Amino acid sequence: MKSFTYERAETPAQAAAAASKPGAKFLAGGTNLLDLMKLQIETPTHLIDIGRIGLDKIEPTPDGGLRIGALVRNTDLAADLRIRADYGILSRALLAGASGQLRNKATTAGNLLQRTRCPYFYDTNQPCNKRSPGSGCSALAGFSRQLAVIGCSDACIATHPSDMAVAMMALDAVIETVKPDGKTRQIPISGFYRLPGKTPHLETNLDKNELITSVVLPTPVGGIHVYHKVRDRASYAFALVSVGAILFKDGGGRIALGGVAPRPWRVPSAEKLIPKGAKEFASRLMEGARPTKENAFKLTLVQGTIEGALTENRS
Amino acid sequence: MKFEKPAGINPIDQLKIIGKPTDRIEGPLKTTGTAKYAYENNQEVTNVAYGYILGSAIAKGTITRIDQSAAKAAPGVLAIVTAANAGTLNTGKFYVSRFLAGPQIDHYHQAVAVVVAESFEQARAAASLLKVDYKKAKGSFDLDAVKDLAQTPPPAQFGPPPQTLTGDFEGAFKTAQVKLDETYTTPDQAHAMMEPHATIAKWEGDKLTCWCSIQQMNWGVRDLANILGIPKENIRLIASYIGGGFGGKGTVLADLVAASLAARAAGRPVKLALQRPLMFNNTIHRPKTIQRIRIGADHDGKITAIGHESWSGNLPGGRTEPATASTRLLYAGANRMTRLKLAVLDLAEGNAMRAPGEAPGMMTLEIAMDEMAEKLNMDPVAFRIKNDTQEDPEKPGRKFSTRKLIECLQTGAEKFGWEKRNAKPGSIQEGQWLIGMGVASAIRGAPIAKSAARVRLDSSGKITVETDMTDIGTGSYTIIGQTAAEMMGIDLDKVTVKIGDSSFPESPGSGGQWGAASSTSGVYAACFKLRETVASQLGLNVGKAQFSDGKVSDGDRSFALGDAAKNGDLVAQDEITYGELSKEYAQTTFGAHFVEVAVNAYTFEIRVRRMVAVCHAGRILNPKAARSQVIGAMTMGVGAALMEEMVVDKRVGFFVNHDLAGYEVPVHADIPYQEVILLEDIDPTMSPMKAKGIGELGLCGVAAAVANAVYNATGVRVRDYPVTLDKILKNTI
Amino acid sequence: MEDENGFGGITRREMLAGTAVAVTALAITRVTGLEAAPAAPIVTPVESAGVSFSVNGKAVNLQIDTRTTLLDALREHLNLTGTKKGCDHGQCGACTVLVNGRRINSCLSLVLQHENDSITTIEGIGTPENLHPMQSAFIKHDGYQCGYCTPGQICSAVAVLEEIKAGVPSHVSADLNGPMKFSNAEFRERMSGNICRCGAYSNIAQAAAEVAGVEG
Ligand SMILES: Cc1cc2nc3c(=O)[nH]c(=O)nc-3n(C[C@H](O)[C@H](O)[C@H](O)COP(=O)(O)OP(=O)(O)OC[C@H]3O[C@@H](n4cnc5c(N)ncnc54)[C@H](O)[C@@H]3O)c2cc1C
Ligand code: SF4
Ligand code: FES
Ligand code: FES
Repeated sequence: MKSFTYERAETPAQAAAAASKPGAKFLAGGTNLLDLMKLQIETPTHLIDIGRIGLDKIEPTPDGGLRIGALVRNTDLAADLRIRADYGILSRALLAGASGQLRNKATTAGNLLQRTRCPYFYDTNQPCNKRSPGSGCSALAGFSRQLAVIGCSDACIATHPSDMAVAMMALDAVIETVKPDGKTRQIPISGFYRLPGKTPHLETNLDKNELITSVVLPTPVGGIHVYHKVRDRASYAFALVSVGAILFKDGGGRIALGGVAPRPWRVPSAEKLIPKGAKEFASRLMEGARPTKENAFKLTLVQGTIEGALTENRS
Repeated sequence: MKFEKPAGINPIDQLKIIGKPTDRIEGPLKTTGTAKYAYENNQEVTNVAYGYILGSAIAKGTITRIDQSAAKAAPGVLAIVTAANAGTLNTGKFYVSRFLAGPQIDHYHQAVAVVVAESFEQARAAASLLKVDYKKAKGSFDLDAVKDLAQTPPPAQFGPPPQTLTGDFEGAFKTAQVKLDETYTTPDQAHAMMEPHATIAKWEGDKLTCWCSIQQMNWGVRDLANILGIPKENIRLIASYIGGGFGGKGTVLADLVAASLAARAAGRPVKLALQRPLMFNNTIHRPKTIQRIRIGADHDGKITAIGHESWSGNLPGGRTEPATASTRLLYAGANRMTRLKLAVLDLAEGNAMRAPGEAPGMMTLEIAMDEMAEKLNMDPVAFRIKNDTQEDPEKPGRKFSTRKLIECLQTGAEKFGWEKRNAKPGSIQEGQWLIGMGVASAIRGAPIAKSAARVRLDSSGKITVETDMTDIGTGSYTIIGQTAAEMMGIDLDKVTVKIGDSSFPESPGSGGQWGAASSTSGVYAACFKLRETVASQLGLNVGKAQFSDGKVSDGDRSFALGDAAKNGDLVAQDEITYGELSKEYAQTTFGAHFVEVAVNAYTFEIRVRRMVAVCHAGRILNPKAARSQVIGAMTMGVGAALMEEMVVDKRVGFFVNHDLAGYEVPVHADIPYQEVILLEDIDPTMSPMKAKGIGELGLCGVAAAVANAVYNATGVRVRDYPVTLDKILKNTI
Repeated sequence: MEDENGFGGITRREMLAGTAVAVTALAITRVTGLEAAPAAPIVTPVESAGVSFSVNGKAVNLQIDTRTTLLDALREHLNLTGTKKGCDHGQCGACTVLVNGRRINSCLSLVLQHENDSITTIEGIGTPENLHPMQSAFIKHDGYQCGYCTPGQICSAVAVLEEIKAGVPSHVSADLNGPMKFSNAEFRERMSGNICRCGAYSNIAQAAAEVAGVEG
């Protein structure tokens, strides 16, 4: 870990302003950033600890939705009675992620911005376009069982590891930010993450050092909420495939996937096929997939997992 | 004391303390964080500096240059050790690894340099400032690719001969009525013990003391002396508590060498722990095997031919994974063959991991037995029972000292409810879940080795035992204490156990499932001697003196035990050695594993629902700790079955998933309540303790029982471990 | 025990390192090394900052290298070595401590993030002479072998029982909105961030069930 200066911000405005310092990064829970700093995958020279700037509440919005502060801890978000009752998919997704200890520390914004778990990204001896642009992708012809099958490129096949974000994708969440100059904006989650293309090191459409202040959930949409995370071990593991589904009485629904793409994967236009069953829906959802030999099984697995979710919750 | 004839009745047979489920005597320390592991012995050193290892970025080649300028100038840096300034380093006698690379690189993450600094943070940062230039060379990383180049290895110190042949295997197999010929693989596995390899090294003149984490103190001293080129007498190793080993901390590894060199270079004590992401490629592991098994039987299910071949790879000079060991003794059959082959691989060294050879061998043999039972249309339990043997099938006439494999299988089947299993795969479903049951036999040798101890009696009647035995979680502290208490007729809380210090009398340490039986026998010998001293001190007849309730009595004469030490502590030291009984008898432990799994019908996720193990493993000294050894092994077996694999990147030559997020081991959620049944077994041919080991037996066969249960649930036979959902998916479409 | 309170471990090393550590503990019993710092080569100071918090009820002030994790602060600066380092990357749970009553991985937290926090380590849960019921239950049910994951398991288990009481749901809770109850499945899921390679899981679950007052 490289040496850095440290400041404890007191307010969002102070944090946002401090972000213009060169080499600055926000430190929320730290569960991803510190991990990466120890390995010198991230090398900030200044940390702005935003742990105490507030933004740790979940509040109703005028139109019946909820505004989740960026610093709300994953445990508190999952346990919130309103989230549990109306946005069960989000509770379920959060609870399927990481461990109790990590969820106590991890924050909403930090979770959205956590970086890939591609093993080559984690080993600084290996070429990796995401970590050091232009060096090549070790995973393409290497160990790729865990990695993306769709939305990826020849430059990078990493997945986004968040479970929470999959639920937020299905919920059409909106991310609210403030920039160092104080300007705020709202970014729908569907436009938040970038696909890798030739620039896999650019992962979101946030400006450098734009501070996430909250995530807004629109009015509850009802339905049955399911989150099925498939993995080798029963807990404390990232998804091979995860399916976040909101299923409506009329047979329709919304379905987003984790573990298959560089961002939570959802194709709203395909969702009209949900009533036709897993096979038809999944093949549209996964149209254009480009798996490796090692991870081609994910295509079958996606279909199977969706089928399981539909069958269980439709009977 | 020399043990040459089967033991008669002796004080251990009183079973007042031995054989009773006993809480670990170090429990209050371990549960309160007050037991000190290697890196934590801050109280022993002042002015300690921190070491940090930089691992090689390539798998094979040479270092052409190391630019140290930036690292040297970094804050807090005290010294940098590389091959250039380390002096001549040899290798140890058990591992072939060189613990400091340069100029040659033998494997990925081999230590290239050790940076010493005032703080951990400074050492870690400075290590990353070293600029190392390498010249890459072509390496061999793919066992499948070099399998045909594999050679017959020389006979090894541990493990079976490289080739065995009994009767006419090829002929009998060819003409067998029912045949199986299948090839299986087991992957590279990591010990992944929770405490990383760690050392604090301190020099006083040319004397070196290391607080470290190794399982065999005697090997450690020998190997460190060899590596550093200093006399054994100048080295003292201390490992009071060890955070798990499983064979992965047998003797000296990079941490001990690096800390010793770093402390010498810095002129200060140095503490150093291997960072977790380095451990997988830097230390040792259980190597991958390819195994071919052929079984021939007649229609009634009698095995007529059994053959087991195994291929593994290693660094030049490294050992062979002896995967054929169990097949030599487990089942009957007149015509038999085993063969080991070894190829050269430039991956980190393959070496002992819990039940070396026997664990991976049983992973495959016991699937093969399941497949064979199916071919024969026999129940897998009945098939195994049918092929039980009461004598060494390679040496008819040589009896097993004790063998209750049949009882293990029958008891387990009953307890587990085996009769509810439907032999037709895929026939039981509960909701989304396909249910399957599997069985496997277990076998593991019961080696025993010479072991010494010293016991001291003080005037208050308290005993202190000293031996260099280690406790890696096995319960050594407690059984050693129990042995002394039983022998001297005192309560366990009157015994102080001091272990894990190379200055104590030599034991074989923890490994090979020999630790408990060997070290307690050494304590028995020392206590036996102490009893004699006590009796003569008190003027009692040694043969008749009774030691019990803190008293020594002979007829109506009775003394408090402590009276014998009124004029000063009494000290006795002895060593137990062995005659030929282990040649005369096949000394082995047996067991059976029963597993029920649920496999998701849509996703093929596999979850273990029930586990039952039955073990027949000599006298059980402490049923509580023995049961824990077995459930721990069962847990490791579930890992081996369902998730554990160090994935080799065959282009670069390294284990890619080199941390605990990438290398998955079972978590709480994977492990249901585990039932363990310990069958009564007293084996007088072993030692005066009549005990054997159990910690490795518990692992043998577990993974196959899981794999067989998955087959029973799904009808998909996976022969390449681990059994993961993608391998089932591939075969169901 | 050379230092029961665990705060005596201010070593010369820290003085030499130029990262002077000041400790003001309410119940401080002994501070060694401070008086004895010899003239030492002063090294380039690294970035440091101050933080105050309490550990096991005692106040601590540290002026410390900004990179220091809570885990290393406890183990290397406060001589509280009961909290273990198994991976240093959030992947094992050996470093679990309670911060304001909630369990976290102390390896993925800078000590500077803990201004004004109240931290409980295994040493604060109970002592050999005065064991917490969870510690006694671990001993009785042999919920450990090597003991290295054990402090983390115990801190976690204590917190898990509280989390269930507080109604925090888990991945295996059938009904997110129903009351939360201790069960073997609930406990195992919630404890999955604490790896035990010795495989004491089955026994740990029984120990916790006893403390929770239910059948394992
Ligand atoms: C072993 C392990 C297993 C895990 N398993 C899972 C899993 O199964 N599923 C899953 O979803 N996650 C998993 N995680 C990841 C975990 O969820 C993330 O580490 C966590 O959510 C990150 O949150 P944080 O607050 O700690 O982020 P930090 O580490 O503090 O920050 C992460 C990034 O976000 C930036 N950032 C933080 N807050 C803001 C803000 N308000 N505005 C702008 N930028 C900000 C930081 O600068 C940093 O770049 C796992 C982690 C570990 C270590
Ligand atoms: S997949 Fe992406 S993150 Fe992984 S090695 Fe390739 S470029 Fe790097
Ligand atoms: S040391 Fe913190 S989780 Fe492993
Ligand atoms: S007791 Fe050894 S890792 Fe848990």
